[in-house]
Amino acid sequence: MTTRTLAVVSAGLSQPSSTRMLADKLSDATVAKLAEQGIDTTVETFELRDVATDIMNHMLTGFPSPKLEAVIEAVTGADGLIAVTPIFTTSYSGLFKSFFDVIDSAALAELPVVIGATAGTPRHSLALDYALRPMFTYLHAIVAPTGVFAATGDWGESADSVKTLPARIDRASGELAALVAASDRSANVRDPFALDRPFGHLIGGLTGE
Amino acid sequence: MQFGIFTVSDITQDPTTGRTPSEHERITDVLTIAQHAEEVGLDVFALGEHHNPPFFSSSPTTTLAYIAAKTSKIQLTTSTTLITTNDPVKIAEDFAMLQHVADGRVDLMLGRGNTGPVYPWFGKDIRQGINLALENYGLLHRLWREDFVDWDGQFRTPLQGFQSTPRPLDDVPPFVWHGSIRSPEIAEQAAYYGDGFFANHIFWPASHTQRMVALYRQRFEHYEHGTAEQAIVGLGGQVFMRKNSQDAVREFRPYFDNAPVYGHGPSLEEFTSQTPLTVGSPQEVIDKTLGFRDYVGDYQRQLFLMDHAGLPLKTVLEQLDLLGSEVVPVLRKEFANNRPATVPDAPTHESLVAARNAAKADGGTIAAPKGAAFGAAAVKGA
Repeated sequence: MTTRTLAVVSAGLSQPSSTRMLADKLSDATVAKLAEQGIDTTVETFELRDVATDIMNHMLTGFPSPKLEAVIEAVTGADGLIAVTPIFTTSYSGLFKSFFDVIDSAALAELPVVIGATAGTPRHSLALDYALRPMFTYLHAIVAPTGVFAATGDWGESADSVKTLPARIDRASGELAALVAASDRSANVRDPFALDRPFGHLIGGLTGE
Repeated sequence: MQFGIFTVSDITQDPTTGRTPSEHERITDVLTIAQHAEEVGLDVFALGEHHNPPFFSSSPTTTLAYIAAKTSKIQLTTSTTLITTNDPVKIAEDFAMLQHVADGRVDLMLGRGNTGPVYPWFGKDIRQGINLALENYGLLHRLWREDFVDWDGQFRTPLQGFQSTPRPLDDVPPFVWHGSIRSPEIAEQAAYYGDGFFANHIFWPASHTQRMVALYRQRFEHYEHGTAEQAIVGLGGQVFMRKNSQDAVREFRPYFDNAPVYGHGPSLEEFTSQTPLTVGSPQEVIDKTLGFRDYVGDYQRQLFLMDHAGLPLKTVLEQLDLLGSEVVPVLRKEFANNRPATVPDAPTHESLVAARNAAKADGGTIAAPKGAAFGAAAVKGA
């Protein structure tokens, strides 16, 4: 059976967290869609709160703790990523951004990503497209066209009854599943010590490439 | 095996007293520290290069020349000399001059620096860091080995019939180490030339240093400078000692917690478990340092960072006393145990002169590296 790995990152802080709930729904839907295509998916879900201190220590010292290194390796080596953050003060949370700040800027290249966010009201929904989407584009990730925003009301009575949250999740997870199915990232062993070009090019190139 | 200290020349407030030394005071302290390093029997003193406060060491060869005049045995080197932003012609001249006044007790360690604005301050583009390191060293290497150099490159004015002066002492260039924290290109560069490789070691977990050194050793053999175990490896280290472990931890903790490089981040305990930092008794320092060999193999040079983060001069001198009397003698003995006879010592001027004379007596010249992945041969073949 074909297999893929899916990393899920939630920057929610509370317990239970609506950010984590949205992340899990996106994850379940993506796994189901991949299963329809005969693909078995391994999911690894990370709450950034669990490595919050490690993230800041990495920022201060320049290297990750073993615990954070395991999370970074799982995320950067996955076939797909579901990244969900609460919206704080009109943007992703500082914790969410800090996690991606300490990851090597080339490590997410070509990684299929679906972005999600939560906030108190739907008026923050555009943060997905002015904050999260440009960040992942800068990192050369492949961001699915549909991002999923869940306002508090989406979990109950005041939910959008025309474009419902389940319908938005269905659409986004379908887009991600298609990208993940085509990805071979997890099968490629990345060696951080590999030179990106033969060294002879570097020296020879200077004298007469 | 060589043991010594390296300093980054930071002028840092002592967090326990709130006092910051003046530039002049810190400079004279470092001169004292260097001389004391020789007095306690250390082999090497290394000085960094910086071009912005809170560091003073913008002119290492000046400082090292003074120390050379005040000492008689200790090897003087840098940690590091910026191969990216310095003119390689000036490096060739300055270090050849230093070599003469120090009677050969000089080598140098090249690095790319860690302060971004130094590049634009010296008219360079940081995005060309690796390329600058490669081209500049290519020129430096020739200036010390060819009497007249014709040269044309991307980053400096061309040279026609240029001779750098003075010529290296006894026509033997200073030995060069290439220092790096994280760039495999630099390990490759060191291997290509058959130069030494110095792993900073102190800011990253051991697993990282292990892989960098393994890469360097493997490539050193590939370029036919010797076997992998004969490659010339140096490591950084960082220690604070008192007779009793608890006293060391208690005294060093405020310096650690407020240190410019890693302060206000991980705890002292986390940092000591994840990096080579050792805070404890001399025996603990011995045990941890001996463990370095387990993951880099038998190596040639161990430098310790002893005088940073605002530690007062008196404390630093006491640390050197402990290092020289209780730690290094044991390390010398233990590192010599089971060390294969084929593993060389770190090159010195005397050993390099002897090697050159032996090669001459054989009637041969020192062969260029084989492998044809490089230089003119590679370009022709491409």
